[in-house]
Amino acid sequence: MIWETVRLAVQAIFRNALRSFLTILGVVIGVAAVIAMVTVGQGSTEQVTSDVARLGRNLLVVSPGRAQQGPGAAGGAAPFDVRDVDAIQDQIGSVRVAAPAVTRMMTAILGNENLTTTVIGTDSRYLEARDMPVALGRPFYESELRSGSAVCVLGQTVRRELFGSGDPLGQSLRLKTISCRVIGVMEEQGVSSFGQDQDDFVLVPLKAFQRRIAGNSDVALIFVAVRDGVSTDAAMAEIERLMRERRRIGPGEEDDFNVFDMKQIASVLTGITNVLTGLLSAVAAVSLLVGGIGIMNIMLVSVTERTREIGIRLAVGAREGQVMTQFLVEAIVLSLFGGGIGIVLGLTLGAVGSNLLRVPFSPDPAIVAIAFGFSALIGIVFGYFPARRAARMNPIDALRHE
Amino acid sequence: MPGAQPLIELAGITKIYGSGAAEVRALDGVDMKIGEGEFVAIMGPSGSGKSTAMNLLGCLDVPTSGHYSFMGADAGALSRDQRALIRRNFIGFVFQGYNLLARTPAVENVELPLIYKGVGRAERRRLAMEALARVGLEARARHDPSELSGGQQQRVAIARAIVGRPAVIMADEPTGNLDSTTSQEIMEVLTRFNAEDGITIVMVTHETDMAEYAHRLIRFVDGRIVSDGPV
Repeated sequence: MIWETVRLAVQAIFRNALRSFLTILGVVIGVAAVIAMVTVGQGSTEQVTSDVARLGRNLLVVSPGRAQQGPGAAGGAAPFDVRDVDAIQDQIGSVRVAAPAVTRMMTAILGNENLTTTVIGTDSRYLEARDMPVALGRPFYESELRSGSAVCVLGQTVRRELFGSGDPLGQSLRLKTISCRVIGVMEEQGVSSFGQDQDDFVLVPLKAFQRRIAGNSDVALIFVAVRDGVSTDAAMAEIERLMRERRRIGPGEEDDFNVFDMKQIASVLTGITNVLTGLLSAVAAVSLLVGGIGIMNIMLVSVTERTREIGIRLAVGAREGQVMTQFLVEAIVLSLFGGGIGIVLGLTLGAVGSNLLRVPFSPDPAIVAIAFGFSALIGIVFGYFPARRAARMNPIDALRHE
Repeated sequence: MPGAQPLIELAGITKIYGSGAAEVRALDGVDMKIGEGEFVAIMGPSGSGKSTAMNLLGCLDVPTSGHYSFMGADAGALSRDQRALIRRNFIGFVFQGYNLLARTPAVENVELPLIYKGVGRAERRRLAMEALARVGLEARARHDPSELSGGQQQRVAIARAIVGRPAVIMADEPTGNLDSTTSQEIMEVLTRFNAEDGITIVMVTHETDMAEYAHRLIRFVDGRIVSDGPV
């Protein structure tokens, strides 16, 4: 009997295919939007998580500036210098390695080619802290670091853009006024969350950067890798204590530097992603609600239009419940159609969106199931009133209806 | 012979629509007995209560007062769903306006009562085709009502009425929309079901020609029966 009813409902829906399609459009859009949002959102979260895993879960970043500003936002606080880096490395037992870094966006020129990229002044500890292997050539020698030689190690993007398939080793690259010899190329790091190319950089010795580019001896960031098996929280506390001491911050005074944990950065990024996903999903959910009202509207019209049919069914012996079921099933089937199309559309949009944002496409079966269940629920909720109206009709009046 | 066993019994039936000043007494103390296998015509001027009587007899409506017994059951006291069950199992309807489902092939229209009887799909199709054959329309089974003439549509409606083997057919002006030749065809079909299958027929009509097919004629005026006897 229920299959019979479903078959009848499908028939009724296809009898008015265009109107049925327009009716379910709201549900289609709602479901598609929710699924696309959640899929892309989850892809982003996954990307952030895997980025963090790649950066190293044990990596901390120390930067000058007041709290709540994120790494790199100095906010007028005094910069670090290389002695701070050494102090962290030498005085804190849980630290495996601490590396200085100064960065600046600059144009790298090679012959007619030029590329705006991030120039990072650092030393070999940076490669160690970030676990970045050299793919081609070699890292800096100690002597080059000590003397601040004009040598550089490239990220894969810089190599590709400037040298193409040619061999970059031994060639000279011009950065502003200095010319530096390429000694190595790092291994590909890939793209981070939110599409940031992590291979778009040129590494130069810290001293070379300070003397020839910045003209001072500041260190903007300190990357700290904590030993395996040591709690990063404990290491963060120790670094904070040490830096307060070194920067002579009295008790009760606020820190003028930040220690960020990659987990923290990840959770901030994930938090942003989640809030955005939530907001957009809320908008999508409203459109689902509107879609449901659309279904109710059309079902009411349909009940009125089919008054005579209802009269006939009642006359030949349909019980109230059977007429009710017929219209309810019709509403449910209608919104399930909407849900089904919405799911397909949503997953497609999700795949396209993930591809555009360069995050992994990770459809969640749970959300697909929820969307499907939710569309059924919409059918029940918004189909109930019209169905009841149909079932309660007086057969005599219904048969007379023109 | 007709009238031997009471199928339908009305005693002191009153039906009042509206209330107060707008009160309309559609039926006013009607007594009637219809036996199994009878062919009864009900006539009367418009507003005489014949359609109201038809709706009560067909268990589509309940009387305001009085006693209505259908096959021994107190039909006046039944709930909506219980009356639906009576209609489903014992009553077939034929209306003036045919009342077929639009955009639905004839055979599916005929199957409709069987769906609610819970008859399986294959059996339903077989019974519907059989019923269509009995009204001479098996060749038109796949046609929608809009592709059929008025007489053909009414024959489909009759097939729908008899497919569930009802005890009685309630025909409300079955020839009202048809020309005289077609009307006669329809009446012959009804007469055949009455004679061959013993289905009781109660027919409301305002055409004397049609009433002559019946065996018994009941005349209504102002909600009362004014005459009841053989045609």
